[in-house]
Amino acid sequence: MEILDASSAVLCNFEVYELLQDVKKQSSGKKKKSQQKNLATITYETLRFLESTPCKYQSERCIREFLLALTKFQLTKSEKLQLLNTRPTSAVEIQLIIEESEERLKDEEVEEILNLVKTLLPGPPEEAAADGAEDT
Amino acid sequence: MFVLAKLQDVVRIPPWQFNKPLTEAITEELNRKLSNRVLYSVGLCIALHDIVKLEESFILPGDGASHSRTTFRYVVFRPYVDEVLTGRIKSCSSDGVQVSLGFFDDILIPPSALQQPARFDEAEQVWIWEYEDGKHSLFMDPGEEVRFRVAAETFTDTTPAGPELSPAEPSAPPADPAAGQQRHTPYLITATVNEPGLGLLSWWANLS
Repeated sequence: MEILDASSAVLCNFEVYELLQDVKKQSSGKKKKSQQKNLATITYETLRFLESTPCKYQSERCIREFLLALTKFQLTKSEKLQLLNTRPTSAVEIQLIIEESEERLKDEEVEEILNLVKTLLPGPPEEAAADGAEDT
Repeated sequence: MFVLAKLQDVVRIPPWQFNKPLTEAITEELNRKLSNRVLYSVGLCIALHDIVKLEESFILPGDGASHSRTTFRYVVFRPYVDEVLTGRIKSCSSDGVQVSLGFFDDILIPPSALQQPARFDEAEQVWIWEYEDGKHSLFMDPGEEVRFRVAAETFTDTTPAGPELSPAEPSAPPADPAAGQQRHTPYLITATVNEPGLGLLSWWANLS
């Protein structure tokens, strides 16, 4: 085994989620699959984890729209990835994800990002309802 | 938190797999070999993403199997340092708080990286954040969701080493298993929660 590049690309949770669902579908389509025990275990456990994250509700289209909307903020790639994966709902979370956010972003901009997250990235249905109630 | 690692390997396909298309057989073989394993200084391997390049297969004398040099990309769990993740508390001990992501358990928050001041309750076996100098005791109970920042990663080479040269100590074994297990963690993530916004999700839920 040779390692050509330990991280040739970074994946967002949604991409992994899609891939693993494919893997799961393929293995269930076959008649008998006893050899692929490790794959089945890790697929099951990772899917269970991913289902608890917001990526479950995302789609290719909404991710593209969200990233396009973020271009004006001059965030790094990893910061955008974190925004996608964690789907922050409060200013505290933005501060965690974005380095030196107090210097780089004005309060209004933080608000704007939070709004973008809320409008462009779908969240769990019950949370959306709760959010609506909080706002009014 | 997931990355693609580009790897190359010579994959051996035994003759009884020849009825399958070659790419399918190789995919199965690679997944059997790698998934749910930690690759040293790469991360925890999850599943094959795609095969980038497949060179011609060859057969070695005395072996009916075919060998194909394959370049492929594998999905690997490898959060970068400073990444913020959410997991569940698995257990607390005087060494710190262990966090699990469901598929990966070797995440440790050492006592020094907890929200300060923190103390360990021996009776209940939990870490407690004494918020505002002990006016409020915030418990870190197992099962709670916790948000943490990756501080460091440690890979340990777990490939079998030669026999130990020091004489075996027959009196020690009772204490050994735990220590031995810890030494053999192939991939350990050290995390911190001592920043505003980090720690149990419920601590920060009402602030918005």
